[in-house]
Amino acid sequence: MTPDDIKRVIIDALTRIAPEIDPASIEPGASFRDQLDLDSMDFLNFVLALHDRLGVDIPEVDYPRLYALDGAVAYLASKTGAN
Amino acid sequence: MPESAPTLSARWPAIAKPHGASTVVPNLVDYERTRAEFSWAQARADLDGLPNGRGLNIAHEAVDRHAAGDRRNRVALGWLSKDGTRRDFTYADLCDETSRFANVLKSLGVGKGDPVAVLAGRIPELYIAALGTLKNGSVFTPLFSAFGPEPIQSRINIARATVLVTTDALYRKKIEALRGSLPSLQHVLLVGETPSIQKLSGVRHLRSLMADADQHFTIPPTDPEDAALLHFTSGTTGKPKGALHVHEAVVAHHATARFALDFHPDDVFWCTADPGWVTGTSYGIIAPLTHGLTSIVDEADFDAGRWYSILQAERITVWYTAPTAIRMLMKAGAAAARQHAFPSLRFLASVGEPLNPEAVAWGVEAFDKPFHDNWWQTETGGIMIANFAAMEIRPGSMGRPLPGIDVAIVRHVGEDAIEVVEAPDTEGELALRPGWPSMFRGYLSDEERYRKCFVGGYYLTGDLAKRDRDGYYWFIGRADDVIKSSGHLIGPFEVESVLLEHPAVAEAGVIGKPDPVALEVVKAFVALKLGYEPNETLKRELLGFARVRLGAAVAPKEIDFRPSIPKNRAGKIMRRLLKARELGLPEGDISTLEAS
Repeated sequence: MTPDDIKRVIIDALTRIAPEIDPASIEPGASFRDQLDLDSMDFLNFVLALHDRLGVDIPEVDYPRLYALDGAVAYLASKTGAN
Repeated sequence: MPESAPTLSARWPAIAKPHGASTVVPNLVDYERTRAEFSWAQARADLDGLPNGRGLNIAHEAVDRHAAGDRRNRVALGWLSKDGTRRDFTYADLCDETSRFANVLKSLGVGKGDPVAVLAGRIPELYIAALGTLKNGSVFTPLFSAFGPEPIQSRINIARATVLVTTDALYRKKIEALRGSLPSLQHVLLVGETPSIQKLSGVRHLRSLMADADQHFTIPPTDPEDAALLHFTSGTTGKPKGALHVHEAVVAHHATARFALDFHPDDVFWCTADPGWVTGTSYGIIAPLTHGLTSIVDEADFDAGRWYSILQAERITVWYTAPTAIRMLMKAGAAAARQHAFPSLRFLASVGEPLNPEAVAWGVEAFDKPFHDNWWQTETGGIMIANFAAMEIRPGSMGRPLPGIDVAIVRHVGEDAIEVVEAPDTEGELALRPGWPSMFRGYLSDEERYRKCFVGGYYLTGDLAKRDRDGYYWFIGRADDVIKSSGHLIGPFEVESVLLEHPAVAEAGVIGKPDPVALEVVKAFVALKLGYEPNETLKRELLGFARVRLGAAVAPKEIDFRPSIPKNRAGKIMRRLLKARELGLPEGDISTLEAS
């Protein structure tokens, strides 16, 4: 999986939970919760979806690394061995 | 459905007190004696009242009396911003800022009884506006910042708010397009950068108004029965209900915090609730300040690591949080908590929905202290039933009634009559004897709904519960179809109404689906109009449609299609049947079901 594939998985997981999101409007460096209307249950479901789709374990201590798009891509790339 | 008391108490033994070593003597030690000796008149005497017998005002008790006394330079609010900076407001600072805000209102011609709505995240201006509004004799109406435009519009219009305080960003996102349908609003005061706000019309820049305002303000005479707070809550049917509270409520905020949160003069308190909900106002703004404590406010959303750092670095002594948050911390494991040290932490409390026994006991694992569950609701204004610092905890129980609060389990007999159920371990509706100071005084513009809450000399809470032999109360469920999710009440009607606005939707029924973290999540069932295909694309469209209008906190998390939505002969949606089917439970008596 390339970082672009991972980005697609992230966007897909987000828009399944919150279909109103326009992927083009996401600022990659800003926290999802600051720019999108997501509550803590949405975020939890987002993490679960990433786990299911990518088959990686995401310990709770790493949740902050999934707060923004850039960080999430980098983190998940390191977990899946993407390059 | 929660397990019943006998099975829970068999599997989760009581947690004895005192638990661990503490040098602090709890405020409530002898339960029976304190109850017997307690009176609300005595509790009122713990407060000062306005000088020269001019009445009772919440903001005076919370701020001005401390600013004029020996707590003047103590930190009242320790505000932690999302980006890691902090701002401390001493009682003197808070007095000046809230006076400025009161003067801003006064200069705009906003007066006694005028509702001031505040839609903001946990920023200092929210706290200043709340207390400044109370100083001015106006009515503080918090709106949860995660609400979408629909809930905001209905609440502002029911409140007939004349002022809205919000941020530049929230205004653009949620209010600007609605402005024409908010006829009561005369003034919109925005927090944000000046150049950005100058581009908007019909708004004012709060910080410039504050900078020009005088920092001295004399609170006008305030009758204890003057309106002070307007909190919205939800019923099964109809519009949201605006529960009105008066300045006298502060007597209960103060006394209940002393008993149920065990406030002591040197405490550093952290209430994690947002002031958009009643807990975040009664105990997130008012009670810690009336006690002259330092109250910590965190602007950021839930984050396990951040929360542990705050508990440790701020040396929190009393922590009031919610079951959903505790269960999220549990997912991260006790080891994460154990990486920190919390030598200052003395008392943990929880509210919002029943705290499961596992979570009560997990407190001991993670913090060496159990969580103390307590129970109350928007209408009660303050904690009514609690597990206390000096009394054994029965995990899964909401505890025992506070001094000054008389509780009963009642059964409905006929149309407008109840009888009190004396036998222990018997299910019935939880009911309270009216007369405590923070009891709501009405639902705004809905006298009939208010009257219906009182039967046979009791206020009926809408919650089903049992009392065990020793006087501990156990939550069973709601008597109506209101959904309890992440500690918030959500009215199914409000959600169904929005779904029905979509051109594809013929019928909608909304239930609370049990969830291990949030207790319940909102689930919608939808029947489509002829010509619409039930498919994944439409499901996503409906989900997005509902979220844009209602906001993430209220919108469904799941939508399923059904050929029709079950209704009884009177046309009422049978949400219980939808729920039974969802859970695969027996459907019960469906004889009144409409044939369809």
